[in-house]
Amino acid sequence: MQLTVKLFATFREGRFEVTQLDRPEGSTLGDLLDSLAIPRDELGILLVRGRHADLGNRPGEGDTVSIFPKVGGG
Amino acid sequence: MDKILRIDMGAKGGPKASLELIGKYAGLGGRGLTSVMVADEVEPTCHPLGASNKLVFAPGLLSGTPATTSSRLSVGCKSPLTGGIKESNSGGQGAAVMAKLGYAAMILEGRPAGNDLWKIILGKDGVSFETCNELRMLGNYDSVAKLIARHGEKCAFLTIGPAGEMKLGAATIAVTDRELRPTRHCGRGGVGAVMGSKNVKAIVLQEEGTSYAKPKDPDKFKEAAKAFAEGLKRHPVSGQGLPSFGTNVLTNVLNEAGAYPTRNFSTGQFEGASKISGETLAALETSRGGEATHGCQRGCVIQCSGIFNTKEGDFLTKQPEYETVWSHGGHCGIDDLDVIAQLDRLDDDIGLDTIEVGVAVGVAMEGGLLPFGDGAGAIRLVKEVGQGTPMGRIIGSGAGITGKAFGVERVPVVKNQALPAYDPRGVQGIGVTYATTPMGADHTAGYAIATNILKVGGYVDPLSTDGQVELSRNLQIATAAIDSTGMCLFIAFPVLDQPETFQGLLDLLNSFYGLSLTGDDVTALGKKVLSAERDFNRRAGFTAQDDRLPEFFMKEMLPPHQITFNVKDAELDKLFNW
Repeated sequence: MQLTVKLFATFREGRFEVTQLDRPEGSTLGDLLDSLAIPRDELGILLVRGRHADLGNRPGEGDTVSIFPKVGGG
Repeated sequence: MDKILRIDMGAKGGPKASLELIGKYAGLGGRGLTSVMVADEVEPTCHPLGASNKLVFAPGLLSGTPATTSSRLSVGCKSPLTGGIKESNSGGQGAAVMAKLGYAAMILEGRPAGNDLWKIILGKDGVSFETCNELRMLGNYDSVAKLIARHGEKCAFLTIGPAGEMKLGAATIAVTDRELRPTRHCGRGGVGAVMGSKNVKAIVLQEEGTSYAKPKDPDKFKEAAKAFAEGLKRHPVSGQGLPSFGTNVLTNVLNEAGAYPTRNFSTGQFEGASKISGETLAALETSRGGEATHGCQRGCVIQCSGIFNTKEGDFLTKQPEYETVWSHGGHCGIDDLDVIAQLDRLDDDIGLDTIEVGVAVGVAMEGGLLPFGDGAGAIRLVKEVGQGTPMGRIIGSGAGITGKAFGVERVPVVKNQALPAYDPRGVQGIGVTYATTPMGADHTAGYAIATNILKVGGYVDPLSTDGQVELSRNLQIATAAIDSTGMCLFIAFPVLDQPETFQGLLDLLNSFYGLSLTGDDVTALGKKVLSAERDFNRRAGFTAQDDRLPEFFMKEMLPPHQITFNVKDAELDKLFNW
């Protein structure tokens, strides 16, 4: 399945800002992080189509996945 | 830090000062002190710009100590923008110097009969007054330059710009930073207009001959200060995210979450967001020889700010905050960081709340005065505020008045104060805070973004109504307490996640004052402050109907999630039941 994957803040270093990725059907968001060599304990915010998701969730064809480290402001 | 300085600006023959001990206000600082004093001493039905209003300045309980990020300055009064109680706090050097001079608070009362502008000078030998008509209608930058020439560099300066002198609803009080630039502001609610109404242009705080206040238990205090600072550095938000990208890292976060209010709250995502994001801003600052990491006050370990230079490499302004980048950016359909930075500089110089005036410009765009995306037009309008043209005075009076002047229905205000950079439909918890806080729409009063979006301090689904009232209640109580300590609100990220850092904060207070406060005492302090504020507003005429969002948030669906604000009125009315 095709996913649009967006990375932010420090996760962009040595990776990318936005790209299309072909991922195996039924694979989880945790698998996606692993494939990008993003340590799971550094994850802050994980969104699929703008909604919070868990590492065990399985995205669907055409989904946009946004991945942030732990950040904040205000 | 047990002196209260009372200044009668209306005294015959010029301002008169008197000193009293903190007395019944002992144990209060910052917002706790300003709000309890205002609730105690100000007639709630008075005109905010009249002689009966009072303007209270208070450093926090830990301000002027070596503890990191401890010197926020609170200013309180009846707000000319909301008509209710107001506390607005700022970073910079003001609170540290005021605390080191031994003052728990300074209260400005009355109103001079004449037109002279006054300067109040606080130093180790006491207080004096000078007229300063030569500063009339000068911007904050020029005013501070003249004040430095007269009083030297070992000072902190509090000033108002032309907006304060014109007594506009968006007028701020500027506080100088470590480089003596007027880049930090008590921004919200028109506190600068109240200072202007008392004909006070500047307050000079002389640091010469002062020293840190002595803790009751110096060894324990030193130990606690070290542990607390380490806690801030250890947490990924305060230790890495904020220093690297500043608060504007939130542009991409809110935009991806579909809660970024775009073109006057008409949609939740902005196509130009990446061009004005924190990542882009930090890279631009660095490429122009500015700084992406910079502290607003001495000793801060978070350093969430930065230095924004022009293309030519000259200083233009400090790193604009997320809310500023939003109000002058996505809210107005503007995607140019140079335009936004110029507006930030103008706001700081004229003495304007970037949120209020940015939202007002966007409302004027909706009203047809200029098109969305018109950066040059936005700059022209904000310049008009400084010039005091009739149009400028409308914009400078805030989003509510601007909406009325241009016949706009979609006016994002609560208690007549503009909503900041988080759409309450996409983040229902912050909507509860906007609606209910005694301050008028204010994200800092109960920052539900932490839990709804950032997953700090737990997680509550931002699109559901479940748990939002309880979340906002707990955050409002905690915030009222933190705002009383002088601590920057950004300590909340580590304090919410790391119990030992919360204990570090308690240890700081206990070792400094010789107390044995527990978490329950902190909660009790927060409730006491909120209760005083609510009571003032009730006596000023506020009812449950004032604790509501504008109607369009309940009627218009916000794309992309196609959601309205759904927390019921009856639930909002339970927020202060404890």
